[in-house]
Order: sequence, then C-alpha cells, then structure tokens
Amino acid sequence: MTLDYQPSQESLSKLTPVLTKRWLSPDAWKIDVYERLDGYTALRKAFKAHPDELIQLVKDSGLRGRGGAGFPTGMKWGFIPQNDGKPHYLVVNADEGEPGTCKDLPLMMADPHSLVEGVIIASYAIRANFAAIYIRGEAVHSARRLRAAVEQAYAKGYLGKNILGSGFDLDLVVHSGAGAYICGEETALLDSLEGYRGQPRLRPPFPATHGLYASPTVVNNVETIASVPYIVLGGSAWFRSMGTEKSPGPKIYSISGRVNNPGQFECGLGVTLRQLIDLAGGMQAGHELKFWTPGGSSTPMLTDEHLDVPMDFEGMAGVGTMLGTTAVQVFSNQDDIVYATYRWIAFYHHESCGKCTPCREGNYWMVRILHRILAGQGTVLDLDTLLDACDNLLGRSFCALGDGATSPVTSSIKYFKQDYLDYIEGRKTPMFKGELVGAH
Amino acid sequence: MTDVVPKVDTVKLTIDGIEVEAPKGALVIRAAEQIGISIPRFCDHPLLAPAGACRQCLVDVEGQRKPVASCTQPVAEGMVVRTQMTSEVAKKAQEGIMEFLLINHPLDCPVCDKGGECPLQNQAMSNGQSESRFVEHKREYPKPLPISTQVLLDRERCVLCQRCTRFSDEIAGDKFIDLMERSSNEQIGVFRGNPESPEDDAPFNSYYSGNTIQICPVGALTSAQYRFRARPFDLVSTPNACEHCAAGCDQRADHRRGKVMRRLAGDDAAVNEEWNCDKGRFAFQYTQATDRLTKPLVRDRKTGELREASWPEALTVAAAGLAAAKDNGGVGVLTGGRLTVEDAFAYSKFARVALGTNDIDFRARPLSGEETEFLGSSVAGRVDVTYADIERAGAVVFVGLEPEEECPIIFLRARKTYLKRGLASYAVAPFVSRGFEKLGATVILTTPGAEAEVLGESEQLREALSADGAILFVGERLASVEGGLSTAARIAEETGAKLAWVPRRAGDRGAVEAGALPTLLPGGRPVYDPAARSEVAAAWQLDAGVLPSASGRDTDAIIAAAKAGQLGALLVGGVDPADLADPQAAEQALDAVGFVVSLELRLSVVAKRADVVLPIAPAVEKTGSYVNWEGRVRPFGTVLKTAAMSDARVLDALGRELGLELGVGDVAAARTQLAALAELPLPGTAEAGTALRGSVRVAVPTVAAGAAAAPTSGQAVLASWHHLLDNGSLQDGDGHLAGTARTPVARISKSTAADLGVADGDAVTVGTGRGAITLPALVTDMVDGVVWVPTNSPGSTLRRTLGVAEGALVEISTGGTKS
Ligand SMILES: Cc1cc2nc3c(=O)[nH]c(=O)nc-3n(C[C@H](O)[C@H](O)[C@H](O)COP(=O)(O)O)c2cc1C
Ligand code: SF4
Ligand code: FES
Repeated sequence: MTLDYQPSQESLSKLTPVLTKRWLSPDAWKIDVYERLDGYTALRKAFKAHPDELIQLVKDSGLRGRGGAGFPTGMKWGFIPQNDGKPHYLVVNADEGEPGTCKDLPLMMADPHSLVEGVIIASYAIRANFAAIYIRGEAVHSARRLRAAVEQAYAKGYLGKNILGSGFDLDLVVHSGAGAYICGEETALLDSLEGYRGQPRLRPPFPATHGLYASPTVVNNVETIASVPYIVLGGSAWFRSMGTEKSPGPKIYSISGRVNNPGQFECGLGVTLRQLIDLAGGMQAGHELKFWTPGGSSTPMLTDEHLDVPMDFEGMAGVGTMLGTTAVQVFSNQDDIVYATYRWIAFYHHESCGKCTPCREGNYWMVRILHRILAGQGTVLDLDTLLDACDNLLGRSFCALGDGATSPVTSSIKYFKQDYLDYIEGRKTPMFKGELVGAH
Repeated sequence: MTDVVPKVDTVKLTIDGIEVEAPKGALVIRAAEQIGISIPRFCDHPLLAPAGACRQCLVDVEGQRKPVASCTQPVAEGMVVRTQMTSEVAKKAQEGIMEFLLINHPLDCPVCDKGGECPLQNQAMSNGQSESRFVEHKREYPKPLPISTQVLLDRERCVLCQRCTRFSDEIAGDKFIDLMERSSNEQIGVFRGNPESPEDDAPFNSYYSGNTIQICPVGALTSAQYRFRARPFDLVSTPNACEHCAAGCDQRADHRRGKVMRRLAGDDAAVNEEWNCDKGRFAFQYTQATDRLTKPLVRDRKTGELREASWPEALTVAAAGLAAAKDNGGVGVLTGGRLTVEDAFAYSKFARVALGTNDIDFRARPLSGEETEFLGSSVAGRVDVTYADIERAGAVVFVGLEPEEECPIIFLRARKTYLKRGLASYAVAPFVSRGFEKLGATVILTTPGAEAEVLGESEQLREALSADGAILFVGERLASVEGGLSTAARIAEETGAKLAWVPRRAGDRGAVEAGALPTLLPGGRPVYDPAARSEVAAAWQLDAGVLPSASGRDTDAIIAAAKAGQLGALLVGGVDPADLADPQAAEQALDAVGFVVSLELRLSVVAKRADVVLPIAPAVEKTGSYVNWEGRVRPFGTVLKTAAMSDARVLDALGRELGLELGVGDVAAARTQLAALAELPLPGTAEAGTALRGSVRVAVPTVAAGAAAAPTSGQAVLASWHHLLDNGSLQDGDGHLAGTARTPVARISKSTAADLGVADGDAVTVGTGRGAITLPALVTDMVDGVVWVPTNSPGSTLRRTLGVAEGALVEISTGGTKS
C-alpha cells in the first residue's frame, strides 16, 4: 500500500463499519473480548421478543441475502411453515466459492462470534433447534476459529440446552465441505451436508419446506446472518439509514486486483466503483482500469464507463449485470481479457457438477474454443459459436452455475471483441502452442 | 373387484394451441404425449422420479422467463405451452442441448449395439441440427468398463441421464452404481475399493441389472451376452411370456437366423410394468445346449442303449409300453412345473383318459398332502389377488416366500409401494434377507418348521392382516411346514386378508388349473366328487365310469410306488430329479420301474434312464400360455418356427397311437377344451375374481401347526431357498449371467458361529448321512441353531447332496470334513 495515498472525504464517508467494526480489535474472535465489545447483547434482547416479531423486524429492515441473489431475508424466514410438527433447520452457507469473493472467510476469522450470535437469533426466529454452518473445505483457519467460537459459546451457555434460561435449545455444527464450488448452491449444499454427492436438487420442493432431511430449512449466507444481531440491536430504521431504499444496509465489498490496497471495505449499498477504488488506495501505478466484475466472475463484467454506477441490486441490474457477492475484481490495460475469460471458463468447467448437459458440455466446449483462440487458431466464426453456446446455456442449465459461466464470455465479447480478433487475426502473439484438432 | 375407477381431478391447458385435459399433477411431457406431441427426452422415464438432468425436453411456457423442462413441470390450469412444434425458443433450446450432447458422444453408431434403435440417434435426427460446430477433441475413456460380468459400460457414449443409477436406486434398491467425478469427467461407476486395482471393485450386484441396459437411451450399457452380436434392424421381434417364474412377465424375444439373440422386458402395466429380472432377460441359451434332443430315442433291445428312432417307431414303442403298464400296475405321470397350461391340460387328460389314472402330479419339489388339499381349496380357480392389489394393500405378509429371490416382480411392486407410501411388509423367515431389508419389512425371525405356529399366534401379524386390503403371500415352500398352509388359510379367513399362493415356476399355477394333480380334475374339480367327474366326463364325451374315481398318488407316492415295483411305468415331463425332495429315491424309482417314457428337451437324467425319449419344444418354439401366480393367463406365440412339437402335440399323437382322439394337439383346441372346464381370466382382466365352474370345492385343510425340530449339540435346523440365479438348468449356457449370481454362503447366527468357533468366511460343513456341503460362513442376525444354505447353487446342491428339505435336522461342523 502506498501510505501517502489519501482517499477523498466523499469516499471515506461511504464507509459504514458495522459487520467489520471489530475486525481490527485485537483478539475479537475470543468470546470474552467479543462480549466486552457488545457481544451477545443482541441475543439477550432477541430472547425477549417473540420469534414472529424477529421475523417481522428482519422483514422491516429490508435485509436482502448477501450470498448473491439478494432475496429478502425476512420473507425467506416467513416461508418456514410453523407448527408443522417437523424439525426446522438453519443452514449457513459459508462455502464462499465465487471467484474474487473474500468477505465471509475474513468475517469468520476476525469475528466468528458475530456469526454464532446471528445463528442463534435466526434459529430462535424460525424455531430451529439445529443449525449447521457449511464452510468451504479449504478455509482451514476460518473453520478453526469458528469451531473454537462454537465451543466457547457452548461453554458459556449460548448454545446447547435452555440458552440463557430462555427455554430455547440449539445445537450448532460446523461442517467443512470438500472443496466444490457447486456446494455453495444451496440445494447441492444440503445434499452434501446430508452426506450425498453435492449436486443441486430439483425444485420445487424448495428448502423452505423440504430442505435438510426433507424438513423446513433456511439457507442464508454468512454475511446475511451476521447482519442480524446488529439489526436486533439497532432496529430496522437504523439499518435502513444505510444503503438505498431497495437495497438497504451496509455491505462488505471485497476488492482485489490492480488496486493499491485490496481488501474488504464495508459501505452502504450503492457505493460506486470509483469510490471503492479510491478507498482501496487507487489504481496501481501504470495501470488503467479496463474491466471489472461487480460481484464475482458470474456477474457480467463492466468497464471504465461504469465507474459511477451505484453498486446496489438495482444499479447493477440497470447496466445488465448483477450485484452478486460484491466481489470487485479490478483489471487493467495490462491484463488480457481473453486469457482472463479463458481462466474463468476453465474454472466453470472444472467446477460444473456434471448433472446437466448444457453446463457440463458447454463449458467443456467453450474452454477449448478459448484455448484455441489463445493459441492463434481461432476463427471469427468461433466468436459466434461462443455466443451461441452461451445462448444455449443461459437459462437452460439446471442451476445458476451454468448461467454464471456465460457471464465472462458474453460480457467480454460485448465490450472487448477487438481483443479476441487480435488473437484470431494474428495481431497478438499466441499464448499457447497450437495443436492439431479434429479426430472425433 | 368392485372398484370403481377413482375420479381424477384434471386441469385444462393448451399445448401448441391444442386444448388438453390432463390429470392434476401430471407432467407437461406426459400431457403432450396425450395429444401425440413427442418432446425429445433422455433422462425422463415414466416410471422413474423426474430428474431434469439432460435438459433436452425444454419447452416454452407462457409467463416463464426461461424455457422449462417439461419432464419436471407439472401441468396447471390455463397453462400455455409451446413445444418445438410451434416455438422457435423451444426448438432452438432443444437443438442447442442436442448439439451439446453430441459434443462428447462418439460417432460410432455403425458399430454400436444401440444403433438403429437409439433414442439419441433418433432424436438427433428429429430434433437436432445436421452439422455440429464442434471441432475439438472428444472425451475418451478406456472401454468397456465391466460393471458386472454381464453389464458393460462404454463411458464415452454415456449422456449421464442417470436413468441407470436412478433405476438401480429407486426401483431395484441396489445402489451399486452411481455418478463419480464431476463436470465433463462425470461418469457412471461402481464402488472402487482401491484405485489401483479394479479387482477390488464392488460390482453392480442386482437381479434387475439388465433393465438398465434396456432403458439406457444410448449404447453406453450393453450386455456381454448380446454385445456386437446383431443389429436391431436384422432382428425379428416377437412378444413373449417369460418361462422362468410365476411372475408372468411380458417379454419380447428378438431372433435372427433361427436363434434368439436377446430378450427384453415387455410393457405390461398390470404385471411387470416395464421391468423384468435378469433371469428372464438373459437365461435363454439353454435351448441351444449341445445335448438338446431333436429326434426321438428308443432303447435298443439288443444293446440296451438309447438310439435314434423315427417318430412312428418311437410313438409305437411308447404306446405299447404304456398300454402294457396300464394293465400291469399302472402308469405314474410326473409333469414338472414348466408346462404351458395347454400342455398341462394334455397331460391331465392323457393320464385320465389314456392311462386311466389319477396318479399325476406337477410338483417337482418337496410337497405334502396338506398342500394337495390346499391347492384344491384355496388356489384352483381363484383369482382374487393381483399386482395392483399390492399397491392398494394395507399390509403384506410373506410366509415361506422370499419375494426377491422367488418372485422378483412381486418384490418390485411391493418395493414401489413401500417407497411410494410406506407399505408395511412383514415376513416370517429365518433372517432379514436383502429383499426384506429393501422392503423395510418387519421380519419375525423363525426357525423353519415353526412358521405355522408363528403365523397362527402372532398378534402383530394378525393385526397387520386385518388392515384394509392386506395380503398374505405364501410360497410353495410352506408345503413342507406342517400346518403351514392350513394356518394360512385359517388366518386369512379370520382376518379377512387376501391369500395368494406363489409357486416358483411359470407352469405351476397352470398345472393346478389344468388338473395335473392326483386329487383335482381341470377347474379345481375334486376327483372324489361324482358330480365333478360327470361334468368332466361329459365335456370329454366319455362313458360313465371311464374316469378313475379314486384319488391318485402324489409325486412322492408315485416315486415310492415305482421304486417298490408297484407301478408299471412312468411318464415323465420336464422333471429334474435333483429338484425333488429325495433325488436319490427318484433315480432309484426310474431305475426300478419297468418302462419309462420321457418327454424332454435335453438328454437329462430322466431321458438317460428312459425307454423312449420324445423330444419336445422349448417355450420359444411353441405357442401356449402360462398362468402366473395371480391366475392371469399369459399367452405367447411361437418365436422360432421349428419342427419341434409341444408336449401336448406329442401326447395327442401318443393318444392316437392308443386309439384315442384326445384333441389336445392343437393349442386352440386345447384352450377351448380347457375353457369349457376351467374359467381363467383373460389376459389383463384378472381383476374380476372368477369362481370355479365346478360346483364343489375341496375342503380347506386343517392340519395343526407343527413345531420346529429341536437340534442337539452339533446339529442345526436347515433353512433354505433358491437364489434367483443358481444351477437351474434353464440358466445353462450363460456364464455372464452366472457371474452375477449371489455367492453361496452358509448363514448362521452369532451364537451358532461361536459354538462352532467360526467367523465370517470360515468353512462350515452341513451334512446328513448322505453327504455334506461346505460353504463359507456368513454370520447373520438370525435364530440360533439354524443354518441357511441356498437350495441349488454351485457348491450347495442341497437336495442331491443332503437328500433333505428345509426344516430337517442336519449336522453342522467347521471346515471341510466331508463325509
Ligand atoms: C454455483 C453457485 C454457488 C454459490 N455459492 C455460494 C456461496 O459460496 N455462498 C453463498 O452464500 N451463496 C452461494 N450461492 C447462493 C446460494 O445458492 C443461496 O442463494 C444463498 O446461500 C442464499 O443465502 P442468502 O439469501 O443469505 O443470500 C451459490 C449459488 C450458486 C448457483
Ligand atoms: S448448471 Fe447443471 S451441470 Fe452445472 S452445476 Fe448446475 S446442475 Fe450441475
Ligand atoms: S428429459 Fe427433461 S431434463 Fe431430461
């Protein structure tokens, strides 16, 4: 980081440290430090309310899911049938697999108890006595912190039987996945959690009625659940004082790439890329913004034309992309968009679960076409083929993984067709050695 | 059944502008079929739960942002659907998916078994584009991967529709194959214990494995038996009924140049739905065995050896021998359980009219007098339980029957119902077999011999059987349990449960109806009843007094009489002495009796001892019908036209030689004659319980429940049943099939094992004075003091080696101390 860089006052005013407020406090991941910093006060307050009141509170706050799709959280909780005689479950999605996303893992590392507290309140609200946090397998350190936090919470009576004398019981399990992007998709996650092969389930029935072990289940992102204690403490009006009307609240933006000071910046929803880059210490010397993802690779890329578009659900939809996980990856004029797209498609090809034809075969095909283009063997027709393959994949796949795979391809060709043509027409040195193709 | 067809709620929707009324909850793809619109599909199968995996069936639904998979989308009132016929979006979506599917599919149709009958090939033509834009390398795999000795997998052809894995999980309950790996590397595989050595793989162990080959929409799954043997367009297909067990599966036989090349499950919603078992599918090579008889044989008076003879000579010799024996002790007739009902009728009539005897019995297995009565009182002429009743049953109870091993389609129906609505199954058995486990059955662990007592006294069973529509299934094995069938009849009566007798062989039930029994005339008419006799005599245009009035001897008594020199001759159909309670006695009887006529397919143990051997046609070379356990007639036509004659035709000729016009030589004539005496439901209409035409019915047996034998130290009570795939002679000739049979083991309880000092895999020897069987032990949760071994599997030929039946006391010891 260039220490002498100073973000503008305007950018700094966008910062809203709520979920990240303890991150820089030493040892905030320990329970006593957490308690000293307001920890578990929201829980005590929540227990005084009726569960339905909590669901209403979350509805009023306008909190929208932070896992990518932005589904209203209170409404999701409200879908859980009550008095149905079945066990209810809360499952926290901590798989954080979307390329570029790094907000949930740091949260669980720096402040795991805020998630645990959120889990207890949310479980109380939906009447779940069992909750699970499904954490990405590679995230060993975060998982360790989280497990330690759960252990401490049990020891202090925040988990287990009759929590704080409320009569409410809750068991919380931290489950490490085996490293598959698809297991972040909520129904694949549930199958994986049940011990099966992680592949998405047919919907309906939806998890709200047939989730974990075919019982009513809420699946929420880490950041979503971690927001809950603050809403309980601060109230819905306070929460709505941040962000925009339709996208209220604070949001952790994780910015990476060609900026001086990459990391997590928590701002009210609607901050712009220009402000985020400013907060992240500006572009690296000699780099000019060329393309960027607003919320991971599954959200169509944008360019320097979009520096001032508000990064909330509506703003991003307005320019043909999505807010996604607010994983902002910044690329410059020194980065090769064709290669970046190839790498992303290689990722989707690697991670496709294989269940449905378009995603399994479409990515197999696209990654080879892109490789061939980079090897200087592409043709202009290949671009049409890529776009048409995306057309045949988008909205045809079983789950949203396949949809996401089309984003880098269609958006990169949309904005930077010339870069492809440079390879195809021999203006750019091939990146790979060519191969003979055919024989099929 | 008085069931009114339940009224189904329907909804109205339009598909391609055509208004359709479809049952609520039906899938769009089915509703489209209703009006003749075929939406292309791969993963969809009407009998499997929707998967939505292949995405081939996408259609345009008004109001939906994206194309919708019609195989997972239920219809809704007012829904407007546009398929590829009227929607560019649907058409393009389908073409796109087809192109994707073909990316990694090899163009090896010319050498692929499926080529010519391949849903991928066909739908690529009807719903794909003619050119692919794909120019990269295709995925390759070493081929084939044997997932069992019979089923081979060519992974590069697989479209990953998961029909096979879903079938094996949902229908058969044998989840031995599953998806492995992911993305374009996703593949079907078996459990691999050690990545380095495929020898450690756990193969696809299922009696229903062949169905996966049939429902595979590409050529990824093939059978070792048929692979590369024929092209579909060179085959001639004939509908056919399975000759193996009493399930009565509809099948299709495909032949080329005089040879059956393969068999497939037929589609009969009332019976086997679209499935069959591997025995039915793969076991048909026996007709091509090298010892198949095509010419009559006559024992040469000079050499004492069998020699080929002309039909006229053979028939003359046979007729003369039988005629002589008729007046000199009489002739015993053993027909076996593999006859068509028309053939059984011919034996029944031949015995009574030509031989003047009631000494006829189809039972080639342990039997009892109690069973003989039961067949008359509670089986003949009754059609009150059907497959559909299983789906409606409040509970089912199995006694003396392991459905997966002994009637695999009953098992499938029960399992379907169990999965659909938790059908409660109960069993009285020595241990929880794999089949019972897959039915979630409550098994009352019982020592063989004590079944009657348990059935008679268990409150749990009484309660289960009192449930609405409950069914009590009794297997033929219950015959050897004293009081077993009596108790079953009584309990069924008391609880109002339906009672179904399930024999093991395709011809058994028909033989009962045709009167191939010492006490029953056709139509369940008791031999002892004068009115019954006169009805039959009238139908056969016989003079009064021609029909013998005394009840005849059953199989055991016929053998005993022959052995003791009390019978003049034996007329034997397809009976293997090894299946009888005491094979040794049977062979001694054949040796002792003065004259033996054998109607046989192959040069069997009986044929070798016969004086005249008359070759008969196997099922594929004749026309006829079986009657399945339900009492449903399963007619079939000739698959291969050969010169071979059915048993009935041979008997008719033999009758003629004796100066009689039996009129049973022609199938249609035999059917007409039988129909005049026994009312059998027409195929597919077994719903109505038809009564006997005869007015009198044999009384229900009332034998008191016996007790199980009490083993002393070093002894155990023998338990056994046949594995579906075993040494049965109709399974000869297919090693690939035999390779999928279950491994013979000796099952003993933990404490029995401890007493013997053996653990799993250690040798256990089960013996009698006659011989011993040594098998690896499998410690099982079962009653103490009982040992279970398969009846007729490699290394475990129970009857021949031990000469005893289930329930007998045997010696049990460790290791191969063969006596
Ligand atoms: C391929 C794929 C991967 C996903 N990965 C994640 C993930 O890692 N974390 C996450 O919270 N949601 C992920 N999601 C979204 C979840 O399916 C689900 O929408 C989310 O967990 C709901 O939580 P929320 O309502 O709190 O956002 C993924 C979705 C898809 C299709
Ligand atoms: S889009 Fe299809 S193949 Fe891809 S991850 Fe989803 S279900 Fe699996
Ligand atoms: S047939 Fe509908 S998705 Fe496969």
